[in-house]
Amino acid sequence: MSVGSMQSADGFLIFKKQGVSMSLESVMNSHHQLLQEPSQMVSSDMVAIAKKQRVQDFFFHRVTQAFSLLVLVALLGIIISLFVNAWPTFQKFGVHFLWHVEWDIINEDFGAAIAIVGTVASAGIALLISVPLAFGVAVFLTETCPVWLRRPLGTSIELLAAVPSIIYGMFGLFVFAPLFADHLQVPLQKILGGMPLVGFLFGGATNGMGILAAGIVLAFMVLPFVAAVMRDVFEITPPILRESAYGLGCTTWEVVRQVVLPYTQKGVVGGIMLGLGRALGETMAVTFVIGNANRMPTSLFSPGTSIASVLANEFGEAENLHFSTLFALGFLLFVITFVVLALAKMMILRAEKAKGN
Amino acid sequence: MNSKRNFIKSVAAAAMATLTMGSAFAADITGAGATFPFPIYAKWAEAYKAATGNGLNYQSIGSSGGIRQIKAKTVTFGATDAPLSGEDLDKEGLVQFPAIIGGTVPVVNLEGFKPGELRVTGPVLADMFLGKIANWNDPKIAALNPGKKLPDQTITIVHRADGSGTTFNFTDYLTAVSKDWSSTVGKGAAVKWPAPTSVGGKGNEGVAANVNRVKGALGYVEYAYVKKNNMTFMQLQNADGKYVAPDDLTFASAAAGADWMSVPGMGVSMVNAKGAASWPISTASFILMYKQPSDKVAAAEALKFFDWAFLNGKKMATDLDYVALPDGLTTQIRAKVWTQIQK
Repeated sequence: MSVGSMQSADGFLIFKKQGVSMSLESVMNSHHQLLQEPSQMVSSDMVAIAKKQRVQDFFFHRVTQAFSLLVLVALLGIIISLFVNAWPTFQKFGVHFLWHVEWDIINEDFGAAIAIVGTVASAGIALLISVPLAFGVAVFLTETCPVWLRRPLGTSIELLAAVPSIIYGMFGLFVFAPLFADHLQVPLQKILGGMPLVGFLFGGATNGMGILAAGIVLAFMVLPFVAAVMRDVFEITPPILRESAYGLGCTTWEVVRQVVLPYTQKGVVGGIMLGLGRALGETMAVTFVIGNANRMPTSLFSPGTSIASVLANEFGEAENLHFSTLFALGFLLFVITFVVLALAKMMILRAEKAKGN
Repeated sequence: MNSKRNFIKSVAAAAMATLTMGSAFAADITGAGATFPFPIYAKWAEAYKAATGNGLNYQSIGSSGGIRQIKAKTVTFGATDAPLSGEDLDKEGLVQFPAIIGGTVPVVNLEGFKPGELRVTGPVLADMFLGKIANWNDPKIAALNPGKKLPDQTITIVHRADGSGTTFNFTDYLTAVSKDWSSTVGKGAAVKWPAPTSVGGKGNEGVAANVNRVKGALGYVEYAYVKKNNMTFMQLQNADGKYVAPDDLTFASAAAGADWMSVPGMGVSMVNAKGAASWPISTASFILMYKQPSDKVAAAEALKFFDWAFLNGKKMATDLDYVALPDGLTTQIRAKVWTQIQK
């Protein structure tokens, strides 16, 4: 999310620059006028207007400042309330909570490992599938797509991004899971299940639910986001750069690889992170297909659970330590998302340093 | 300028008038809790509104949520599937009474079996959910179903992923009939499912969808979902050793056998109830109210609603595959429970 705003922040900067230069001009103009007819211009009316404008500016500044501080307050409030509610769990289990493989509600013995593994694995699979696809979509749309097709395709990608996640969940459970079980899981298990080293990844029951199924449905959901962002940033590559590269005899791939990608690196990473953020926090779609089993997954087909789906499933009937454990999971999801975003920012910074600007 | 001010004044006055009028009409009763009885409470509320003009706002947020909300005094009544103990009720100054009866039903997806054809006993069912019986052709199942051909197929257990009164009812039953289950798993709104094949579905509809889709699946749902989705239910052996099928008659039989006043707060567990025709996984859903409600008017309105529902809501309950409380029981509730609530 923050990366998305970075993008818009860039755009905003351009705007602001234009605005500043324009107002500078007008200031200069008025300055000229002032110089020409000083006595006439500095009338009491004008002082009044200036005062009024100053007050307006002051309030405008304060009000917008308050709005943005409100966001900060909300963020802090969320972190604090999560942590306070989660405290009994952290106190009881300590750091051990992070890798403890247990989820026993009746005996109040909890560990976060199962949910963390499920969350990270399903989101990782989603990115592995969706990023190359999204990249292909974006390259096609910006480089090789015939003009008449560009708009309908682009719009349909944006529409796909607007589909509510529960729809993906229902699609996943009722349409995708049966097809996945019969036409993907069974053949995959037959072909790869007996192989050394990777065979265990394809073991288990082929009932259409599990980590891989959740990852694929998530990939569907994340794809339009990543593709839309990538397309947008690819489009901001100055045509002059692109055309020069083509003029030098570059192929489309070379242009994309050597010109477009380096130019838009920040935005591309941003788009991927936006997708990852969505995949990590996605609730309903995952809940429908991940299998919701509080066991450590042993293969790609085994049912598991994710932090978000545990929260969605269990809050209604949670009490005492179970309740605070759910808050602890929520807090961990917050931390994971934060770490991911921070890593992305660091990657961008390092890449920029390497480039020398 | 003046006319503008007048205009604003009149708008404000109109807004105030609507607001006050709104609050005069809004005798809405608020309740929150169990999801299991939500369809019938919603149906009753709709009919009650049509009959009396008074609305009921019931939020099905789960039993624990209902208990939390009534303790926080944000609602007039809380609803829970797992009854509170007499001690807890006394500590909080709450009263508890049953409002509706329903049943939980084990369902399967098994080729060659029509609804009601497969028979199991409680301990065998528990072993299947424990993962001890992992295949449908297990001799223990075959022994109970002589002459039937059971397929060689893995049993996939489907359970509720969300905490639920249905799960409480079902695990309460397994705890009652199986020592192994009670010592290793126990009962609760959500438990640690031991079978290695078990998967969770969200809500009754999630369980129903998974059972209908996965071959060899075994799950449990509320009775209404069995009918709605045409699911293959099992016959269960009850406490009297008879095999029974789930329907409103067998639920009612289980309710008739219960001695409601034997437990403080009427929190009788109806699982494995005596009676030749009793369905062994029947349950009541309970209402919680304060003896000394902070809003006496609202509490009185809530009691009026339940009084009306007990009198007029039987047909609606049957239509939705619940069982209304027997008349003897409602008389007792009126005389012994409602009188404790200050009006």
